[in-house]
Order: sequence, then structure tokens, then C-alpha cells
Amino acid sequence: MKRRHTSLWAVLAGATLPAAVALAGPLGLPPLPVPANNPMTPEKIALGSQLFNDKRFSSTGEVSCATCHDPGKAFTDSPLKTSEGINKLTGTRNAPTVVNAAYFASQFWDGRSADLEDQSQHPFVNPVEMGLPNHEPILKIVRSDPAYVQMFKSAFGIEPADITMDHVKMAIATFERTIVAGDSPFDRWYFGGEKTAMSESAIRGFDVFLGDGRCVSCHTIEQDHALFTDNRFHNVGVGINRIQDKVPQIAPKFLEAKAKGIDVDKAVLTDPDSSELGRFAVTDGLDELGSFKTPTLRNVAVTGPFMHDGSLTTLRDVVVHYNNGGVTNKGERVNDFLSGGIRELNLTEEQITDLVAFMEALTSPQHAKPAAVSALAAGAQP
Amino acid sequence: MSNNYSRRAFLRTAGSVAAVSTLPITWVELAFATPQDNFTFAYISDSHIQHIRGNKFVNNWDRGLIRAVAETNLITPKPDFVMFGGDLAQLATKPELDHGAGMLAKLNAPLKMVMGEHDYYLDLGEYWSKLFGPQYYSFEHKGVHFVVLNSILTHDEWTFNRWPTPEQRMLEMAGLDNPNGSPFMVGEKQREWLKRDLAKIKKDTPIVVFSHSPIQKIYKGWNFWTDDAEEVQALLAPFDKVNVIYGHVHQIQYNQIGNISFNSVMATAWPWPYPSTYAQAETYLPKLTIPMNRADPFFERDATGWQMVNVNTGRVDLVYNLYNNRSRTVAFDHKRGHPADTAFQDVSLEPNRTHY
Repeated sequence: MKRRHTSLWAVLAGATLPAAVALAGPLGLPPLPVPANNPMTPEKIALGSQLFNDKRFSSTGEVSCATCHDPGKAFTDSPLKTSEGINKLTGTRNAPTVVNAAYFASQFWDGRSADLEDQSQHPFVNPVEMGLPNHEPILKIVRSDPAYVQMFKSAFGIEPADITMDHVKMAIATFERTIVAGDSPFDRWYFGGEKTAMSESAIRGFDVFLGDGRCVSCHTIEQDHALFTDNRFHNVGVGINRIQDKVPQIAPKFLEAKAKGIDVDKAVLTDPDSSELGRFAVTDGLDELGSFKTPTLRNVAVTGPFMHDGSLTTLRDVVVHYNNGGVTNKGERVNDFLSGGIRELNLTEEQITDLVAFMEALTSPQHAKPAAVSALAAGAQP
Repeated sequence: MSNNYSRRAFLRTAGSVAAVSTLPITWVELAFATPQDNFTFAYISDSHIQHIRGNKFVNNWDRGLIRAVAETNLITPKPDFVMFGGDLAQLATKPELDHGAGMLAKLNAPLKMVMGEHDYYLDLGEYWSKLFGPQYYSFEHKGVHFVVLNSILTHDEWTFNRWPTPEQRMLEMAGLDNPNGSPFMVGEKQREWLKRDLAKIKKDTPIVVFSHSPIQKIYKGWNFWTDDAEEVQALLAPFDKVNVIYGHVHQIQYNQIGNISFNSVMATAWPWPYPSTYAQAETYLPKLTIPMNRADPFFERDATGWQMVNVNTGRVDLVYNLYNNRSRTVAFDHKRGHPADTAFQDVSLEPNRTHY
């Protein structure tokens, strides 16, 4: 899909300014990529927000997008390990934040959707998420509810009978493109030159992030912005470690089922073993076995627990996992397919503490939490 | 990062359930044999398992071999056998060879070994032979005659008289760019054996030769070289279809000399750059005196890999599984009469070119 860069902030301000004089966006973020065929408009954003929060699009009438992507929880369902859908059913994956998802080159932990538009349609019909048998119930509602009829007309200029899932997807994606956040203490310190914006510990932690911690190779930082993701997929020894002895059975079995036409989206969210195949389940590529997308680190301190399966509770646990070279407990067997970037780091306790302090400095002001919740991220140890 | 062949290989499993014939798989069809004789084999090479002390080994090299073995075990249908192309060890010590043998023991297909100089120059292959058997041999498999040579021998004077200790001899040969090294050779004794071995083989039987060093002369300074390559080539010349597969160079190379196709395999440990002869002009490349860095120093598996080999036409096609990179296929181009990369080809190559 062709994309052009637009100034979201100009759209939100209702202005039609040329990009060069557009309002400044959040500090630390690049220009927002917007697909050429789905431009940002205030009408579409309002419609998308309505759809995002509508619980009628689930089989029980109790679950909306916002259930697992709660604005009050930085658009996650923290502190749940894995998301709860209809009837408290749980899937296999930790709800990734919507915040800044607009910038990602692919969506879902395994990248099985190329963009927000495509992504938005799947949870409606996943049996452990919103549980609809198909998308028809959604179309029935939006074609008959007078409020929706009016909003679709404003956003797309169409009559009820002409509303399709494509319009629904475009509106939700457009709303999600407004959910961006920078301006963290790190942004003010690094891009804004504000010397006291980060603590001494966080500043030392940034050194670890760039150096001994080897973090920046995947959680990338550019000269004038930082998304903290390389948009690639890596096996870092989470999840796959649990099934490694069964991989020779699970992997071919999954591909056999896939060749017979199973729905990958359903399979990876409902079958814990298939889930751990990661990106491999999407591409069949041997070098992506057990690989998951590098998540952004923005607002990470308020979106725990961590990793694709929510298996690590604190940021300290995460650092220790990497410090151990891809195993949660030192001495455990490293999985055979581990990414070539992961090895033991030999960080000191102080370096680990500083690195956690650095990650806590990546929280945007609108998602900052009172101390009680961020204690989860700070961990129990000094 | 696409990895097409694993998909195809796996789909074949699916094919046992669905319709095999509809699947786009031709690479296991042997043109010269009956369908039940279809086969592939995997090729892992140059793992350079390196002992540090006690039970500590260089993790990076361990991971390369562990991963190649684990991935090979996932290929369906199972390869008929797995070749290991030499340099299992770094300094040929017992701990290195034992540790490497332990990792190779996890393969779920029969293993066949080639001797590398890093396996040899400590005890002249004695412990290696104890673990893996003869240093040169031949075998038949489904209509193909396979020959394994120990091509990393050298002059007796260098081997027996020049160095005060076996350890120093090993260290001198282990340096890629060490001027104290000595050119590799197959040697007269093995050439005599090869002559006798080939005497009973029909001329239209496909021949596949495995050696560690290239049985062709590429670059003497790095021993990308076998000193008696021409003599060995002469013994292979009478056969219609001859393929030589070699390790040692840690990079993808292919060439055609007369009827003989040459293909190299990748290392699981680290990549070497092109030899300076490739520049075809004056080069200011610094002389290597220490091992060079990884291609991507962060992703330790970058520019390493292993390969599946298919002999379906009596010529070898190699599919390279390259981590963090697109897989590549170097297949014999029957129209042009030489191996060629199926994706990366220079369209400007003139048709009568004799060196690739």
C-alpha cells in the first residue's frame, strides 16, 4: 500500500496547512504514515472511535476493542497476562498497546496483518476474542443504527446499503492512527535537550541500552525520532523454550493443518503450542521459528506484564531474561532456534536497575500512572 | 528472510494428505532414476567448534551447529543423509571433536563426514578417524557415485619435519592468511585410490565428490586451493556429469571447468569475504592477520547457513538456508552448461565466458 506522510495534528486542528508548516507533533515521533487510500478526516476519526468502543460487535454484547485496548491502561488490558474475550475466554497472547501502532510495519505479535485496516477485522470473529461467527452482525448494526448511518454518511458519503467491512476497517484504523504518544522524559532529554528530564539512573541506563545491554540493535533509535522497534521478528527464547522438545512434531503438524486451510488467526490464539511457533506460523520460514515482533518500548512501564505471552511480570524480569542469554532462569536450556542477536550479557545489578529506570522514562505524560501501578514495572528489587 | 525451500519441504508433508502432484515440487524428482529413488541430502559445514577451557566452548560457534542440526531435523521428507563438510573443530582437540560429535549425534538422518584441516593437523586425523571412520571413501546411493576425499593434506616436509610440536603445527595451519601455512593437496596415494575407485564406474553415472578444500585453484594465499587440483580433475574428466562440493571458503561460490561443476557450501560459524583475486584490479584490502568481524556483528548468525542438495538431474542444485537473509539457490543451468544462482544473475555475462 502506498503511504504518504500527513500531519495528524493539522487534521485534528481542522486546518489544511501544508506539511512544511504543520503543527509540531509529539516530541520523539516521526511523521505519521497514512495510506493514500485512507486519509485522516475528523469524521472518520469520530466514527472509528465509536466502532472501537462498541460492545455490540461481540457475540455476548460485552466485549469491544477497548475491552482489551483500554485507554485507561495505555490501550492494553494490563495487568492481564493474556487477554480475556467473551465469556472470560483467554487467548495465548498479551494485548499489545494500540499506542503508536500506526507506525508499525506489520500488526499482531507475529505480523500476520500488514496494516491496521486488515488487523481490525480479525478480533471480531476470533472465538476467544469477540466471538462473532462472521462480520454480518456488524454490518447489520451499522446499516440500521441511525447514529451510524449518519456517521458513515459523513465519513464516506455513502448510503447504508453500501457500507462494507472495508469502511468499518478504514474508520477503526483511522481512529487508531490518532492514538500516538511521545513527549516522554526520554524524548525531552534526548530530542529536546532538557538536561534534567531524566534521572541520573535513567541516563546511565541509556548507556546500557546502547552498549552492554545490546538493546538498541532491535529497539531502534533514529537521529530525530525513536520508535524502539526494528519492525522485525526475533526468537528471544520466550514461549518457544516451553515447547522446544515438541517442535519436530508441532511445526510440521501446524503446516499440514495450514495447507488444509485452517485459519491461522484462530489457530495461534487458541492453541498454545501453535502460538509459540511465532512468525513461522505466518511465513513457514525456518529462520522465524519462535520469532515475534520487536515491540515498541514506549509506555512499556505501564503496559506489563511483558513479552508476547505476558510471561514476564516486571521489567526487571525482562532484563534478567536477556541477561541470561534468552532463558528466564539461568542455566535453563537455550532453544535451538534462538536469534543470533541474543547471548549472555553479564550486566551488573546496577546496570540492570539503571536499564529499568531508563525504560520507565519512556512513558508519555498522558499514560503516566500513579506510583501504585508503575511499581509493577519497577519490580521488587533495588 | 523468505525461506522458500522449507515451505516446499514442509508442504510435501501436507502433500501426503493432499495431492502430491499438484504441489510445485520438482526438485526431488530424479530425471535419471525411478521415482522411488528420489532423494535429497543436507549439507552442514565448517562449524569450528572451539574449546576455551574446562567444559566451556565458544557459544557463537556452538549455536551455529546446534541450529543447523535442529533445522535439518525439521525438513520433510527427511534427507537421505547429512554430509558434514569438514572443520568440525577449530584446533582438532579431543574436547572439540567430542563436543561437535555430540551435537551431530542429534541428527535424525545418517551422517557422513569430510576431513577439514582444523580437524587434522594436531594428530593427523587420528582421533577424528576414531570417531568418524576413514578419511577418504566412496559410496553408492540411488544411482549416484559419491566420493569423499581428504583434500587438506600437504607436503611431508611441512607435516612431519617443520614444527617442534603437533600443537604448533595445528596453529600454523589454522591461520587462514598465515604465510607459514602450506598448500593443500589430495596427494598421490589418494589419487591412485581414486583412479581405482572410478575404474569400475560407468561413464554416465553421476559423480559427486566431497572435499574440504576446492578441487580447483581460486586463491593460494588463503588455501582456497588444492595444489594437485588438475590431476584430480583429469581423473574425473571422463565422466558425463561430475559435481564437486567443497567447504572451507565460508561463502557461496560456483564454477564450471569442462564437465565438472563446482559448488561451495556455507559455514555455520562465520563468513569469509571474497578472496582478493575477485577484485580483478588493484585492491587496498588490508591483509588479514586476525579473524574478521561478523557481517553483522550483532546478529551472530548473519552470513552463515547450511544447505539442502538435490541431485535430480545428476547435477547438483544447492538451496542455501541463510539466516537474516533471503535463501539462495544455485542450480545447474542446463542451457548454459554451468551452475548459476537462480535469482541473482548478471544478464550482461557474455555466452562464451569460461570463468564465472
